[in-house]
Amino acid sequence: MFVSRQKFLFLLPGLLGLLAIILFPLLFTIRVSFSSWDVVVPGLDWIGGENYARVFADRRFWEAMGRLALMATGTVLIQYVLGFALALLVWRDVRCKRFFRVLFLVPMMTTPVIMSVIWRTIFHESLGPLNDFLGLLGFDPVPWLSIGGMAVASVMIVEVWQWTPFMFLLLLAGLLSLPEEPFQAAAVDGAGPVRTFFMVTFPLMAPISIGALIIRLIEASKIMETVYVLTSGGPGTATETASYYIYIRGLRDFQIGYAASMSVTYLVMMIVVLTIIAKLLTRVFILKDGA
Amino acid sequence: MAALYRFLKYAAILAWSAFVIAPFLWALTTSFKTSSGVVSGATYIPWLQYKPSLEGWGVLFRRAGKGIDIVDPYLSSLTVTVSASAISLVLGTLAAYGLSRFSFRMGPVKNADITFFFISQRIMPPIVLAIPFFLMLQALGLLDTRLGLILVYVALLLPIAVWVMVDFFNNIPVELDETAMLDGCGPIETFWRVILPNCKPGLVVAGLFCIIFGWNDFFFAFILTFTKTQLLPVAVVALNSSVTPWWSLSASALISVAPLVVLAFIVEKYLSQGNLAGAIK
Repeated sequence: MFVSRQKFLFLLPGLLGLLAIILFPLLFTIRVSFSSWDVVVPGLDWIGGENYARVFADRRFWEAMGRLALMATGTVLIQYVLGFALALLVWRDVRCKRFFRVLFLVPMMTTPVIMSVIWRTIFHESLGPLNDFLGLLGFDPVPWLSIGGMAVASVMIVEVWQWTPFMFLLLLAGLLSLPEEPFQAAAVDGAGPVRTFFMVTFPLMAPISIGALIIRLIEASKIMETVYVLTSGGPGTATETASYYIYIRGLRDFQIGYAASMSVTYLVMMIVVLTIIAKLLTRVFILKDGA
Repeated sequence: MAALYRFLKYAAILAWSAFVIAPFLWALTTSFKTSSGVVSGATYIPWLQYKPSLEGWGVLFRRAGKGIDIVDPYLSSLTVTVSASAISLVLGTLAAYGLSRFSFRMGPVKNADITFFFISQRIMPPIVLAIPFFLMLQALGLLDTRLGLILVYVALLLPIAVWVMVDFFNNIPVELDETAMLDGCGPIETFWRVILPNCKPGLVVAGLFCIIFGWNDFFFAFILTFTKTQLLPVAVVALNSSVTPWWSLSASALISVAPLVVLAFIVEKYLSQGNLAGAIK
């Protein structure tokens, strides 16, 4: 650590810039959440916690939160397993490994909404290639986007396609940074690939796994764009996530005050839940390490 | 046993590659279809299964009104993404260097807390900021302008730049700075002359992440611009109506995602070197 008055020249431009852009919107949202601002009477009156009482009783909001929790944890776990498997596949001696490493990253380089538009044509019930392909295998056409459960699955497929690469990137970076010695020791002990994975690779990757899972959970908890393009939250509200429901209330119905209080509730819950998950993950992985 | 293992390994690699590429191939073949090629059901091979046409591609380069003008959104996306990424990278790198080399104390707030403050901005769901951003840009007269979007994107991208660069600087030995300072360089000179030239891998990764999240953002572009300024994702999604012209939709999607895919292959050697390993812990 160095000492110099000039240190502020480094930190302050970025810090003040971020504060200037973020602080007003955040404080404003909190203030608006205590007002009845809507399309009829726009303005900052004070109605206390009325909006929050309404959020508390709003079943649609909590269903959207539950759905979000399910979809976020579901897709992130699938991404973790697939991403870890892919990272292991191209970690060591594989032909053209540099090519495959980049190829596996390609989906995360592409614009989620734009690829969702393409996915929507792929899922098309009568004209899409997916049902055409399933037909060749002798299956009946699947109504991918028009039945609740299938629509959730479709959104999750697209999310997995889009973001497994990110998990892959983080986990591959982790694998490449591991020391050699434990693997040599395992080889000397005559451990096969499966044993080496569970006794050496996986424990060594624990801290990186935790980091990668949390980074992806943070990003996944904002799921909304794929939903907007693929299903618009439907059929009914079958694929509506928290962000999307707030979007409808706030920017379609212009219930600004109410949407703000949902936003604040959502943000607080996110922070609390993610902190708990981070603590739990650390604990689980470290217990495994000890065993 | 070893042969079987090898076979399964390559089979898995190829299977996932096929899953990754499939949407692009589908978009590519669809982009050469006409409406008769689309409504007859899924077809894949041009000439054999449908009569290819350049209509889907041609329509993208006509003036608005006679077709879909994709050139203007392209330039807007390019301007906004590059500017916001450049600003974020400069501010983020400076802040990260400061946080890595000097100790800051403001009451109970220390370096780690400031770093966390930067990074924690990623937790913020975009929807929470949507309405205030709208009102803020309205008050500044920046709604529907590239400058307004650049401002918003800096807030989005700065945390990413700080996240990657703090870790990067932490891995550069402090002795490097000390040597420069013994030679009589001040902190700014040290940073500029000694540290920055050694930062290329970090800057490439941080810059790439900024560009990915800038170029690919849809939500803020969607709510903060209307007619004067239009970014690519918004322009493409606008084609996604009930009677979608799948051919021009596919063509526009492919040109929209192409630059970053190409970029990924160009900076490939920086990506898979384990540069990010420390940042995750």
